[in-house]
Amino acid sequence: MSAETASSASAVEAIVLAVEDPELPHVTIGDLGMVRSVTIDGAGGVEVVLTPTYTGCPATEQIRDDVVGALTESGLSATVRFAMSPPWTTDWITAEGRRKLREAGITPPEHLGASTVSVTLRQPAPACPRCGGRESRLISEFGGTACKSSHVCTTCLEPFERFKAI
Amino acid sequence: MQTPLLTFILRQGDRSLVLAQRLLEYITRAPEIEEDMALSNIALDLIGQARILYTYAGEFEGLGHDEDHFAFQRDPDQFLSPILVERPNTDFAHVIVRQFLHDAYAVPLWTRLAVSSDATLAGLGAKASKEAAYHLRHSSAWVIRLGDGTEESHERATNALEALWPCTEELFEIDEIDAELFTAGVSPDPTELRADWDRSIDEVLAMATLERPEPPSPAVTGGLGGLHEEDFDRLIGEMQELARAHPGVDW
Repeated sequence: MSAETASSASAVEAIVLAVEDPELPHVTIGDLGMVRSVTIDGAGGVEVVLTPTYTGCPATEQIRDDVVGALTESGLSATVRFAMSPPWTTDWITAEGRRKLREAGITPPEHLGASTVSVTLRQPAPACPRCGGRESRLISEFGGTACKSSHVCTTCLEPFERFKAI
Repeated sequence: MQTPLLTFILRQGDRSLVLAQRLLEYITRAPEIEEDMALSNIALDLIGQARILYTYAGEFEGLGHDEDHFAFQRDPDQFLSPILVERPNTDFAHVIVRQFLHDAYAVPLWTRLAVSSDATLAGLGAKASKEAAYHLRHSSAWVIRLGDGTEESHERATNALEALWPCTEELFEIDEIDAELFTAGVSPDPTELRADWDRSIDEVLAMATLERPEPPSPAVTGGLGGLHEEDFDRLIGEMQELARAHPGVDW
């Protein structure tokens, strides 16, 4: 591969990684770890493979359109394919993504590692992203979007959201 | 000609879609706005699962049918969902107990499907089992809150449990389709599923101070074969109204 194509390949990848999630302020699909691969074929067409986050996330189709749109703006024709396996996990969210979530008042997901989502009823309370308070009360396992749960901090009394670990 | 695998895929897709449709009927009627959000989130996950299954059904069937075909172009007696998920939203206790009885089944089903010999089902199983775990946690917490709550909430939870209990047998029915798919390593062993379900049910009912009803006699069954209760036609009719009135419409 020549230096020129290599740099343009990474430039194309950068365009894809920078596409923002429509429901999370300033968090990109790169931050979320949704981008599996970006390949450029001989004719200059770009194929992007993404891992969807939740099976029913209504943002999935918007993200596909946004990726195609961003590449079209750069004069590239693109196709987006979704790969379900291996399934997306919040462990793929980058350090930068976690920082942005915290800044937006959303507690980042805890690290799951090899463990699975537990059905144990009493879950450890997440820390408050605003004051750092360790104690909080669960309001609902579900929030304004599929990926979040709702809590209230018992120290500063502010409500906050948490990105659920899956 | 419907192969066993196609029937299995449609049964799972229909179970998810019909339950989602029931939940969506209830949105704005939950006791608090957080619960409206929770039920709509759960319904979205279920619709997401159904879409993947219907798309797979279309590919597998090879007749050019897409996901919308299976949701909107089939007649009520072509839906292969168990009776449990079509039971109406009589009150909040019915909505929650129905969800709980379902989720306690969905978690081990998806978890065990994650190691299916069928790659698509295995991929979906790995994904959906994580979502279903959240659903089960949510419905279990509400069952405990209702059962171990006030006199009225306890009574309503008991009534819902007794009304819906006869529909649970159908989840574990074994016909030649299950037997064949289980032997081929595609679907989980129904007796193991039942053991997992029993464990969840007993644990949560004990915490909820609710009594486990006697085994139903007779069991309410037939949905997996396309035989549904009276209100099912109305449910499907409402769901399909737009697609039927404007064939080929895109939205």
